[in-house]
Amino acid sequence: MQQIQRSAPVADVVIIGSGAGGGTATKVLVDLGLHVTLLEAGPMLHPETDFKEHKWPYDYPHRGAGEGGASYFGHGRDFGWFSAHAGGWHLEGEPYTVAEGSKFQWFRSRIVGGRTNHYGRISLRYADYDLKPYSRDGIGTDWPLTYDEIAPYYDKAEKFIGVTGSREGIRSAPDGQFQPCPPPRVHEVLIQKASQRLGIPCIPNRLAVITQPTNGRPACHYCGECGRGCISGANYSSAQVQVFPAMKTGRVNLITNAMARELITDSEGKVTAVSYIDKTTRTEKQVKCRAVVLAASCCESTRLLLNSKAPGHANGLGNSSGVVGRYLTDNTGFGLGASIPALHGLPRYDADGMGGAHLYMPWWLWDKKTEFPRGYHIEIGGGYGMPGIGSFAGLANREEGYGEALKKKIYDDYGTHVSFAGRGEMIPNADTYCEIDNNVVDRWGIPVLKFHFKWTDAELKQVAHMEQTFTSLIETMGGKVTASTRPLDQKISTGGEIIHEVGSIRMGDDPKTSALNKYCQSHDVKNLFVADAAPFVSNPDKNPTLTICALAWRTAEYMAEEMRKGNV
Amino acid sequence: MSEGMNRRTVLAQIAAATFAGPIGIAQAQHVHHAAAAEAKTTGVYQPKVLTHHEFATLRLLCETIVPGASKGGAAEFVDILADKNAELLAIYTGGIAWLDQRMKLDYGTDFLTAKPPDRTQMLDKIAYRKNETPELAPGIRFFVWARRLTVDAYYSSAAGIKELGFMGNGARKEFTVPQDAIDYAVKRSGL
Repeated sequence: MQQIQRSAPVADVVIIGSGAGGGTATKVLVDLGLHVTLLEAGPMLHPETDFKEHKWPYDYPHRGAGEGGASYFGHGRDFGWFSAHAGGWHLEGEPYTVAEGSKFQWFRSRIVGGRTNHYGRISLRYADYDLKPYSRDGIGTDWPLTYDEIAPYYDKAEKFIGVTGSREGIRSAPDGQFQPCPPPRVHEVLIQKASQRLGIPCIPNRLAVITQPTNGRPACHYCGECGRGCISGANYSSAQVQVFPAMKTGRVNLITNAMARELITDSEGKVTAVSYIDKTTRTEKQVKCRAVVLAASCCESTRLLLNSKAPGHANGLGNSSGVVGRYLTDNTGFGLGASIPALHGLPRYDADGMGGAHLYMPWWLWDKKTEFPRGYHIEIGGGYGMPGIGSFAGLANREEGYGEALKKKIYDDYGTHVSFAGRGEMIPNADTYCEIDNNVVDRWGIPVLKFHFKWTDAELKQVAHMEQTFTSLIETMGGKVTASTRPLDQKISTGGEIIHEVGSIRMGDDPKTSALNKYCQSHDVKNLFVADAAPFVSNPDKNPTLTICALAWRTAEYMAEEMRKGNV
Repeated sequence: MSEGMNRRTVLAQIAAATFAGPIGIAQAQHVHHAAAAEAKTTGVYQPKVLTHHEFATLRLLCETIVPGASKGGAAEFVDILADKNAELLAIYTGGIAWLDQRMKLDYGTDFLTAKPPDRTQMLDKIAYRKNETPELAPGIRFFVWARRLTVDAYYSSAAGIKELGFMGNGARKEFTVPQDAIDYAVKRSGL
């Protein structure tokens, strides 16, 4: 077993999932000389043909509305026709259930690279205080590690994947290893001026987009459509940036269409193999391993542990603490937009830039007293986006009429809108968790997840603050907001909608209250590691992907060292 | 497909630019205009699911809702979608039949052959929800659909995208924002 052989029947490590966590773990373990078998539940990614980069709506007879105009009837592709994901809120034959009285939606992308193919690429470090919430305000739980322990891995992740930004010295938004961010667009200049008046910092955005050639990848060409996938690989997707290069070493055995079903353990409780369904033949197969990394996504990894039952672990593998499935959170979300009179009649220009905003607003009241315990950051939108299906649906329906008058209204309205979206911290609560629904199996025969979800006053008050802030920003810019009378629980996003699920296999120093140690290694099963967002102890107001990459990097290094020492 | 050629051209330019010099936005625009030219050269469209009368009526209706919509292939767009969607087809066949029937009752002729002022008079009624009566309700509901898909069809076409002045979907070496555009907005905003 000490001998590493090419095409050995026993893999050094099986990694389940090829997204941000799995891609990073693959890259790091392979760089350290290990042989990896990478299981992906979806098919192979072919960027040149799969990505709809640089396509026009009229390149398709349905223009992006989907066959038969599906989007007009509520069956359009989630995130639109052009998005680079493979999946969505619902996967045929792979259901999940939601408890009565709860609302939750779960986004899955089954393809090599997972959700990194289409995600927003916002790359924010957690602040030092984000990791010690309990010490700070007595709510939630502290992480078993400090900012200083993660910082070197943020450095490594940022340098390798490439992140834009600027050094600002703001405590809520720690600085990193940044590439230059392109200049703000016209509407962003206005937003920045308005935010300055309101005392809100508005700084160059931190996006996983390279603006300088990096590790053989060409710099961004500023077509503004990162969500469609980037054929030249100028943004971060784990498939193009980590998995494909790692495969060139010959030390990666990528198995696609492999839906992990269960972890197989020996009498000592160590994982010896991963059982998976080969989707192409609907047969069960097993791959033996010395160690396993779960990186199937927060909830999918949770499901896998809970479905791995055997004598000695009746509650699921690695779950002697009983915490697996609990402490699930998403980020809060709320958005508001308006047409800005100062942008009417603006000379047209190419406003594409990077696929995302060139500025953002970090949380600015972290040292002030607020009516709610945790903060949010603000994402901004606007500009001359590529017109297409639905671009003027709201305007046309509101203005009614027809003819040249309608056309003029559309021409005048185009590019005048700005939008603000808040993403805030949700505090884990006892009513929010996932468990196995023993009444339902998916098309592969695997029991599915059942979600329970509840926002509390802490999140609702935060969203009320977002609405006030965005209204002030819009009004400072000269726009008008029609106050909405909807109750807060209808204004806040649905659980899962922001696609920042974290926490359901949390880490901690105490095996009684956590499933993993500070290296994301199972307390119960020494050769079991988790490298997605499931280990997160809290869900700060920062998009989780960069932290997934940093922690996966750290976990992989630790794991390789433990394997070298013979401890795993 | 010829559309693929355009994208391939841009992608080839991006690949080339990785090693060679800058690519101008003009080149990307060239691809856009080439695509627009191609769209014009398509032959006479044979409706897939609408009758010739329905299609001709729809074409006129779309062109009236958004002048230029024919260049944007609006009626073809609806026909292509309705070919794969019975629900949408029923909305359009029902809507067009209602319109013809209403025109015959009020003006003695169907929509297509009516005098332009008569057509205008009818559309001025059904283009606004405030005019809703039990009598006009089906027409008003249909017009919401007709307007929505016509607007979508036109502004997703090469002609409509060009008319809006969209300048992106290209590839460029550096991202810059024209100072005159910034000055214009900042001055008007008072910020």
